[in-house]
Amino acid sequence: MAPGAAVGMDVALIGASMTRFGQREEWILDLLAEAGRACLADAGVDGADVEHCFVANMASGEFEGQTGIMNALAQDLGLVPAYAQRVDQTSASGGGGMYAAWQSVASGASDMTLLVGGEKMTHRTTAESTDVIASITHPAEYKHGVTLPSFAGLTARAYLERFDAPRESLARVAVKNHANGASNPKAQFQKEVDLETVLDSPMVADPLRLYDFCPVTDGSAALLFCPADVAREYADEFVVIEGIAGATDTHVVHEREDPTVMGAVRDSGTAAFEMAGRDPDDVDVAELHDMFTILEFLQMEALGFADHGRAWEQVQAGRTERDGELPINTSGGLKSKGHPLGATGVAQAVEIYEQLLGEAGERQVDAETGLACNVGGFGNCVTTALLEVAG
Amino acid sequence: MSDEPGLLAVECENGHLSHPGHPICGECGAPRAGAVDLAGETAMVVTWTTSHATPPGVREPNTLAIVEFEVGDQQVRVLGGTTTPDVAMGDTVRPVYVPELRDPEAGIKVPESQAWDGYRFEPVE
Repeated sequence: MAPGAAVGMDVALIGASMTRFGQREEWILDLLAEAGRACLADAGVDGADVEHCFVANMASGEFEGQTGIMNALAQDLGLVPAYAQRVDQTSASGGGGMYAAWQSVASGASDMTLLVGGEKMTHRTTAESTDVIASITHPAEYKHGVTLPSFAGLTARAYLERFDAPRESLARVAVKNHANGASNPKAQFQKEVDLETVLDSPMVADPLRLYDFCPVTDGSAALLFCPADVAREYADEFVVIEGIAGATDTHVVHEREDPTVMGAVRDSGTAAFEMAGRDPDDVDVAELHDMFTILEFLQMEALGFADHGRAWEQVQAGRTERDGELPINTSGGLKSKGHPLGATGVAQAVEIYEQLLGEAGERQVDAETGLACNVGGFGNCVTTALLEVAG
Repeated sequence: MSDEPGLLAVECENGHLSHPGHPICGECGAPRAGAVDLAGETAMVVTWTTSHATPPGVREPNTLAIVEFEVGDQQVRVLGGTTTPDVAMGDTVRPVYVPELRDPEAGIKVPESQAWDGYRFEPVE
């Protein structure tokens, strides 16, 4: 069977929530419980009816010294004796959790699956957080002091040079995503920035500057999954997962044939589109993993929204702005909304859920099909999901 | 006799090279069969960056480059620091041995879990 081929039953999302993202006083267990409770309340589902619970989190042990968080959450939300499992897929833990939760329902193993993603990071210094995240690299990379931002700098230089793209086009990604985040009451940064501010900000990984990077963030997000026929008992209108797939690329970044191609984005996207019977032209709104501005270009190209080396032209032309043909990162993206690692993939799908159901407030766009792409490492592991409205 | 470990590209049974080595060849799936030392060769800078936000125990700023060696008809890429921030794409560089690339005690990893020596790249005229 081809990867991503449809199996089992249609899987619906009947509840969604996210906490305020930013610097939070709460620790990981309280952040997860806040999003989980709000999600169950949103769906009108009792905790006792939850059969499976997945917790997406990269590094609560390393950041906080707290492990076993899936069991803690199951008890805190009154889910016992539900099956509970933690999903770690680095920055793509949320997307990994989406895939696990989808599998748990599509297989028939669970009729009600709660996914909660979260991370608590801001109590660490930026240098310490950077080191926790850099520990995902190969020892041959780590010993040189490589960081995820430095991979972005290496890749951005290669991209700008090879495709003759202006430096300003990357800054436009930050400007656009900050403009969107300004309309998101749960975003870490609810303020617009202009091009000059981005281009004059301190150098972090040449040629990328401070505003090319997402911040360090605390926060949590949750989604509730069930079979579509069960969803009808709870809601007249809900969201269905039409396609979902995951893929990996090489762990060692420099071993990729072309540093400007995100192979795992391409492969997970192709499989998700195939499963859904859709193509890139069908997508009305997308949340992409803009941990660094350059990644928004590379994902647009790997998912088929732009030809290789041409995404920057679409951004320059405004096609990906909220009133453009394909709005990207209406939530503010990781750049402005924030990036609590394990929460991010879930929060991306929460934004698409709200867009599809007309619940996005000031950020609302006209959308029937939405896509979320969650990237781990520097494209090491990726999940892509296609969501649509049903009822 | 030198104590330097060499900058090794691992070779599989079918002659495919990679750095670092893996138990199975990414190209053809064959097991590893040997290694080629690149320490005496020169390479070309494919891309570079200077990182100003470095983790504990890492020099700041830290200029890093991906460089490409030509070995027969194959290209082997290697990531490493450079000896100077003054590098450009297309520059020719040579490996220079450094006994300790970062402070093994300062970061999150267990010092005994991996090697900390290796090669930085120095531009040649």
